[in-house]
Order: sequence, then C-alpha cells, then structure tokens
Amino acid sequence: MTKKPWISLGGIGVFAVLLLAVAPLVLTDHWLNNLGKYCCWAIAAVGIGLAWGRGGMLVMGQGVFFALGAYAMAMHLTLETAGDRVPGFMVLYDPLAPLPMFWEPFRSAGFTLAAIVGLPVVVAGALGYALFKRRVKGAYFAILTQALAVALAVLISSTIRETGGDTGLSDFKYFFGFVLNDPANRLMVYLIAAALLIVCLLAVWQFYRSRFGELLVATRDAEERVRFLGYDPANVKLVAFVVSALMASIGGAMFVPIVGIITPAEIGAAASILMIAGVALGGRASLFGPALGAIAVGWGQSSLGSTWPDGWPYILGLLFIVVILFLPNGLSSLPARFAAARRKPDVPPTPVIAAAELEEVRS
Amino acid sequence: MDGLIAPLLNGSAQGALLLLAALGLSLTFGQMGVINMAHGEFLMIGAFSAYLVQQVITASGLSIPVALPVAFVVAGLFGLLLEVTIIRWMYRRPLDTLLVTVGVGLILQQAALQIFPSQGVPVEKPRWLDGQLTILGYSWPMRQLFTILLATVCVAALSAWLKYTSFGRRIRATVHNRDLAETTGISTRGIDRLTFFVGSGLAGVAGVAASLIGGTNSQMGAQYIIPAFLVVAAGGIGQLKGTVIAAWAVGVALAFFAYWTTGSLAQVLAFILVIVFLQLRPQGLFTVRTRSLA
Repeated sequence: MTKKPWISLGGIGVFAVLLLAVAPLVLTDHWLNNLGKYCCWAIAAVGIGLAWGRGGMLVMGQGVFFALGAYAMAMHLTLETAGDRVPGFMVLYDPLAPLPMFWEPFRSAGFTLAAIVGLPVVVAGALGYALFKRRVKGAYFAILTQALAVALAVLISSTIRETGGDTGLSDFKYFFGFVLNDPANRLMVYLIAAALLIVCLLAVWQFYRSRFGELLVATRDAEERVRFLGYDPANVKLVAFVVSALMASIGGAMFVPIVGIITPAEIGAAASILMIAGVALGGRASLFGPALGAIAVGWGQSSLGSTWPDGWPYILGLLFIVVILFLPNGLSSLPARFAAARRKPDVPPTPVIAAAELEEVRS
Repeated sequence: MDGLIAPLLNGSAQGALLLLAALGLSLTFGQMGVINMAHGEFLMIGAFSAYLVQQVITASGLSIPVALPVAFVVAGLFGLLLEVTIIRWMYRRPLDTLLVTVGVGLILQQAALQIFPSQGVPVEKPRWLDGQLTILGYSWPMRQLFTILLATVCVAALSAWLKYTSFGRRIRATVHNRDLAETTGISTRGIDRLTFFVGSGLAGVAGVAASLIGGTNSQMGAQYIIPAFLVVAAGGIGQLKGTVIAAWAVGVALAFFAYWTTGSLAQVLAFILVIVFLQLRPQGLFTVRTRSLA
C-alpha cells in the first residue's frame, strides 16, 4: 500500500482540495456543518486506524479520549459564554453554587488548548504503559478500554452539577472570541476541523512510511519476534496508542463548536463502537479507509438514522457482520482483491485474503 | 456490624447474577476463545422467553420453573444459529469475533425493541419469591436467595457436566489439543456447536434471573455484558472457580461502594478495581499453565 508513497500523498492533496475548497462552495451551510461533524469523527477514526489497523490494538473506548477533548473545549466555551458568572445549569440546582475547582483553569484559552493535547497524552500514556508493560492485549485490552468508556459515561451522567449530566453542555455563544452564530465563523470552524483532518492524515502517512510504522506492523503480526529482535513491543504500542488518543481528543474538541452540544451519549459504549464501524468499513489498515469510512458512517447516522431510525441499527449491525466476515480489510481492499482475482481467475477467494494480508505485512 | 451485613448479602446476590451472566461467557470465551458480545442479548432473549412463557402459563408460581429450561433452550438455539452461520468461519480471527457479534447484538436489540413494547415488559414474580429471610437482623429478600441458589445449581451442574460426562471430556480434550482430539475420533465441529449452545443457553437462564430482579427490555443485555466480561477476565480463562470468586468479589465490591457512595459511582469504582486487579494479575485469579509466551 505504501509502496508508492507519493501517490498517497497526492491522494491527500486531492482530499484536501475537496474538503477545504470544493465543499464550502457546493454544500449548503447545513450540510457543511454536518460534514464538519463527520470530519471530527474521521479524525478519531484515523487514530483508530493507526492503533487497530496498524498496531493490532482494538481500541473500543476511544470515546474516553474523545470526551477529554470535547469536555475540555466545552467547559472553556461554557465559561466564555457565561462570562464572569457561574454557568446557568449549575445555578439551576443551587443559586449560590460556586464554580467547581476543576473548572477554574479552563477560563484560560491557552490552558484549554494545552489540556486538549495534554490530557489524552497523559491518560493514554499512563493507561497504555500499565497495560502494555503487563502484556495485556487482544480481547482483554478491547474489553478494558470499552469498560473505561462505559465508566466515564456513567460518571459524567451522574455528576449533573459538575458536568451537566445527561443533558450535557450546550448553548455555546463564543468560540475563542468569535460569535458562533455568524455563518462566516461557522465556516472558519469547519475549515479548522477539515484542516486538522488533513494534518492527521499527513501525520499518519509519515508514520506508515517511517521505520516506526514498519515496527508497528511487525508488532501487530508477530509481537514475540519483535521482542526477540531486541525491541520492546510495549513502547511501540504505547506510542501508537497515545497518538490515536490524541487524535480522538482533537476530534472531540472540534466536535463541540461544530455540533454545539456534548453529552455522555456521544462518548459511551455505543458511540465508541460507532467510531470503530467506520474504520472497519473503510479498511482498518489503509491510509484513507478509516477517514472515508467514518465520514460514510457519520453520513448514514445523521441521514438514515433520522429518516429511518428503525432500520439504521439493522444496517449498522449488518455492516459489522458483512464487512468483518467477508472484507476484513474493508472496502479499501476491494481493488487489490479484484486485481488479484483477475490475475488468477481460478484461485478461490480465501488465498486472496491471505495474499492481501501478506502484502500488507510486507508493505 | 449492621452496616456490613446488608451490603454483604446484597452484594452476594448481585455477584450471583453476574456469575450467571459470566458463566456462559467463561465457557465460550474461556474454552473456545470466541468473544461473544451478543451474549448480553442472549440474556435478554432469556428474559423475554420468561415473559412469553408467562403469557401461556398464567400461574406465576409455575411459570418461572418452566421458563428456566425454555429460556435455556431458546437462547441456546440462538447461540447455535450464530455459531453455525457466522462464528464457525472466524475461529482463526478471535478478535474479529468481537466486532461481528457486536453487530449481531445491535440487530437483536433493535429486533427486540420493535417486537416488544419499547418501555419493556413486566415479568411477574411468583408469590414464593415475595418473602424475606431474616439473617442477623437483616431481612433478605427471597428473590436474592433464589438468584444465589440458581447460580449455585448452574455452577455445580456445569462443572459436573464438564468433569464427568463424555461430552464434558470431549470439550476439555478439544480445548487442550484440537488436532489430537480430532485424531482420536472426536468431532471437534460438533463439540464447538455444543459448547456454544450450552454457553448461550446459560445466558438465557441468567436472563430469567435478571428479569425477576430488574426490568425486562431491549437494553438490558448491554448493561450486563461489560461487567460479565470483566468478571471472566479477572477470574482467569478456562477455569470456573476463578469466575465464581471474581463474580462474588465484584458483586460485593459493587454493593459496598454503592453503600458508601452512590450507585453510578460504585460502577465506576468497581470497573477501576478490576482494571487495577488485572494490572497485578494480567492472567486473572487462576491460570492454566501453558508454555505460550504471553
């Protein structure tokens, strides 16, 4: 896949032109805002692709890091909207309530931005260090991360006074001094999200063609061999996990000004699984697959999910079954499989999967 | 002392319910390596089976004893169907079974939501579960006692089945060495199906117990699946005694945390406790010694 890295780079360029120049011209404000939301999910998906597709770590709790970024941003925007007063939802229960201690530093824009980057790095670093050094992997890792997402969602739901509980944080008026109602400013917020997606794609592109990328794939496919070669697989996985957490956090942070609300439902088990769905659909190990898959699933969620709410869960469930069963490498592996099938028409499809996987190992 | 008895007994009952939910998982995950995220939905199927049985047999004293085997068979058949259609293709990709069964779970949840009223259905408690048993000044609801009894019976039956019957011997042989088992004439495919049937059926039994304690609705499976998996992980793979101890410990911890703080905070604390525990013993309480490197 990375045999011709410059083609991929060109692809990112085309993608950038489409998102940053074409989309704002063709799409209505409503759909541009939606596309911005999908971009936020796509940013998180690119990170999942790195950790899961390339690193073999099934991260089922990216909602945790999405939440860290989202709530850091939401707290800042809430405070900015409230000005010198205590945010409205807190006063609702107790008119004289003071601002909780941990809210105070989020008044500062600089601190908020640092927290969006720093919090996921610290949390994922500590968690990853503890888990990977103890060689927790596979299903255990997946279940533990999912458990964390559930726990965080429950915690936020139950602390109504401090975090807004199930109703979440919403009604933001300003975004670092810009009025959010202004269409021009909304366009700017969209462009920031789209640009961040491009930056993440570039970062992952560079990761994949670096020696680190090869080491990560080697760790995924034969962890013991990597260990015997003198590397510590835990460190390799830790870096990939932290980077993916950081991307989820950035996605979450941009989600807040674009969508205008953050609730525990956006970060819990179901939301975390929805993030995985796009990555699986697009192709977990490919460069563009996770981002495009996440945009597709996001679009399905907001269009089919609202016009045909009874049918959407079936589609999502079938997507998981069909894609994982028949196309473990997602839609992005289709061209390679067609090409392989054309070369050797008599070969049954199973060896083709093996060949595709082998090729991936080599790349 | 008074403050300790109530959460201890309460927690034991919660642990028993967790154990029932985890027992089938411990079989399918522990023995077969399949990560079945639809296990919670099989539990839900068991609970709805109890409701349907009550529509036919209206005497609630009789309906629950009838519902237990019915739920076992219905949930087991769903599990068998899942194994025959999907899981059989995926034994070489255990991590992917997790995601496929997430999809199955989503579909089953939505189907239940559309078939049954969205607010859930009432499962009537039989009168002989209404009473209370007074232990050390604490009146213990019979429902909790029933859960513990049911869990004990299921564990005893399962371990006896695994240990003494020829089916159980074949399952253990297949787990230990699949190729060698096959050369001695064991149909490992058949064993896979049987194991999955029993594991899923146990989820159905757990569903009946859950329907007597909490609500019966399409979301009920989702709330059990993660704790049940944590219990299996903390207990250690492939051994029932680890699952039993872990389930009881998590149940009691949940009850004590809930007693000292609040219900939702207790859930968070219990999750963190299990995660910290897995730090200390990544393979769980009891481990089967293997020569694998991990």
